[in-house]
Amino acid sequence: MALLDVCGISDWVKEDTFSSQKASVDRVNHFNFAALEPELAVPIGVDPAEFLKPFTDCEDGVEGVTIKLKHGTTTLAFKFQHGVMVAVDSRASAGSYVDTQLFKKVIEINPYLLGTMSGSAADCVYWERLLAKECRIYKLRNKERISVSAASKLLANMVANYRGMGLSMGTMICGWDKKGPGLYYVDDNGLRLSGNMFSTGSGNSYAYGVMDSGYRYDLTVPEAYDLAQRAIFHATHRDAYSGGTVNMYHMQETGWIKVSQEDVGELYHRFAAEKK
Amino acid sequence: MEYLIGIQGPDFVLVAADNVAASSIIQMKHDYDKMFKLSEKILLLCVGEAGDTVQFAEYIQKNVQLYKMRNGYELSPAAAANFTRKNLADYLRSRTPYHVNLLLAGYDEADGPGLYYMDYLSALAKAPFAAHGYGAFLTLSILDRYYRPDLTREEAVDLLKKCLEELNKRFILNLPSFTVRLIDKDGIHDMEKLPIGPK
Repeated sequence: MALLDVCGISDWVKEDTFSSQKASVDRVNHFNFAALEPELAVPIGVDPAEFLKPFTDCEDGVEGVTIKLKHGTTTLAFKFQHGVMVAVDSRASAGSYVDTQLFKKVIEINPYLLGTMSGSAADCVYWERLLAKECRIYKLRNKERISVSAASKLLANMVANYRGMGLSMGTMICGWDKKGPGLYYVDDNGLRLSGNMFSTGSGNSYAYGVMDSGYRYDLTVPEAYDLAQRAIFHATHRDAYSGGTVNMYHMQETGWIKVSQEDVGELYHRFAAEKK
Repeated sequence: MEYLIGIQGPDFVLVAADNVAASSIIQMKHDYDKMFKLSEKILLLCVGEAGDTVQFAEYIQKNVQLYKMRNGYELSPAAAANFTRKNLADYLRSRTPYHVNLLLAGYDEADGPGLYYMDYLSALAKAPFAAHGYGAFLTLSILDRYYRPDLTREEAVDLLKKCLEELNKRFILNLPSFTVRLIDKDGIHDMEKLPIGPK
């Protein structure tokens, strides 16, 4: 599909964003069985309203059900003199059920761009993959890598079109471009902020606490690794919806490197032993 | 949570906005600029729902600049304000209304300084002074009491400081610093950020 877009073949086909009346094949080439309105198939015997009630705001749960997904996660990123540190937990939860403790919440867009995930896993993976496609096309067209600012603006504008439709995505776009290290926070509201330090997810407040107390711009690399890891660890300790392992990446001038992946249980015993 | 204020003098407009970008209980940025430069002598101050502010303000900003490119001259502050209001009103009864509160401040060669108050229901009013946010409940009466149409620049800054001191004293939320700008016939001037130190 990306190659088709670059060759301009898709220009022949006039498409609008939501054309439910048109062809039986929708934009992503999935045959939608000639449905006039977008429909969702539900297993027999399941009452959709009851099933979705825990995930919505309203008590009756029928009128205008907007699925509110909790951002069960902690992710953080901060800039310092040697680049950008990115650290995330790895727990994927569905309500009070833990789906997996080994979920990859950092998306490697290209060797110079990373995206973190919080909120709905599906939304994050899909939109950041779409962003990766756009970044690649930019590089092919302009013969130079896209800047972090432009990449984050592309993502923010993409999701702004779906305002109010129930997307759930809180992400940090981190990279290194001509202007040096870059860090942007982008979320499903269309908010886009540039900054030196961000944390997202249900455990973000705990991570901010540890990060803010230990942060200096002139941290050494080992000190920065330690700070990032501890901030996520403390968030997983207090927040029920964060846990699993701490995945850490370091964005340098030559691209990102994956620093470590450590289980929080082992970190707990290591830090407890140090305190004695 | 967010606060905007504007004071019009005989040949200038003074505007200020707080610098906090918040998400629920967390301050994500302490140095966020809520003012958008529409042209050399027009500023749009924009607060409201998270993504809507930047999306709407940048849309207005780019369209005002497009008008200048197409026609060779700039929109006046009054025209820009009415253009903004029309856009806000058009989106109001659509599927995606923009929940933003605005102050538009500008200087026109012919009409002089102007301050326009606009809210998310696209009400537009030209006013000598105006404020948005919970802080307005505390500071509008101060502006009523001490405002005069013939304020000098120093007096206007003092009046602004009075308002910000009241916020520090009585407003439950901490707004540590404010961006302050002044518009006159020579354009937009940045003034020092106002954190009022403890007395």
